[in-house]
Amino acid sequence: MIMINGEEKNIDSQSLGDYLRSNNYNLMRIAVEINGEIAPKTKYDEIFIKNGDKIEIVSFVGGG
Amino acid sequence: MFPTKEEWFATLNERHGEERQSKFSAATVAICGLGGLGSNIAIMLARAGIGKLILIDFDKVDLSNLHRQQYKPSQIGKYKTEALAENLKEIAPYIELQTHNIRLDESNIEFLLKDADIICEAFDNPEAKAILVNEALEKFPKKYLIAASGMAGLGSANDIRTRKISDKFFLCGDGKSEVKEGLSLFSSRVALCAAHEAHIILRLLLGEKD
Repeated sequence: MIMINGEEKNIDSQSLGDYLRSNNYNLMRIAVEINGEIAPKTKYDEIFIKNGDKIEIVSFVGGG
Repeated sequence: MFPTKEEWFATLNERHGEERQSKFSAATVAICGLGGLGSNIAIMLARAGIGKLILIDFDKVDLSNLHRQQYKPSQIGKYKTEALAENLKEIAPYIELQTHNIRLDESNIEFLLKDADIICEAFDNPEAKAILVNEALEKFPKKYLIAASGMAGLGSANDIRTRKISDKFFLCGDGKSEVKEGLSLFSSRVALCAAHEAHIILRLLLGEKD
């Protein structure tokens, strides 16, 4: 099981980059933490989501 | 009768408690963006007796800012760093201020933020928010980072929250209300979000975890 934003998801092992793109995230407006640590933007395609991972994807919207 | 520095800090000690105040006075907070969020956060932290503020913004005060930002009509055309510093010095005369009239980006973030204990994101542009958050969490994993997303419109005040994303990263706002055609920013809801950012900063300085 993989936790993404507090929800349990049953997904295939894939790169973080693939997951984000296939779920229509705007990669320019997000920050991703895996198990409490920031996932560097340059490494999204090298990081593979695995069982037990706890992922937080923060999407930023305009206004401030 | 203008308060002396001694009177100023003695009163803060009395209001806040000496132990709490010593933690506030020892703190340096960087406020990145001095608009609706940043100008409000700066004033709240200044009043609370935070020792030093690093203020970063490249922009000038515009008439269209005044519906939510803590500037005055007489300051239109001034750099926000200058105008806010003026306002803060009137409000909290013994605060230490460091201003940077610059656009924050990957090349200067490390240099500008290295002395901050807590980094406070207060931009309005979502790409800039993402850049700062990613860089801050990567380059300064030991510093607290407070960011904000989602405060437009006149939706319920109760939807503005502070979320702990991880040990060092906190996100304020409703997470979804973005500025767009027909959904503007309003002073009260922006200030609510700014207060969330300022408040978690004070809590963290006192050792609270969330």
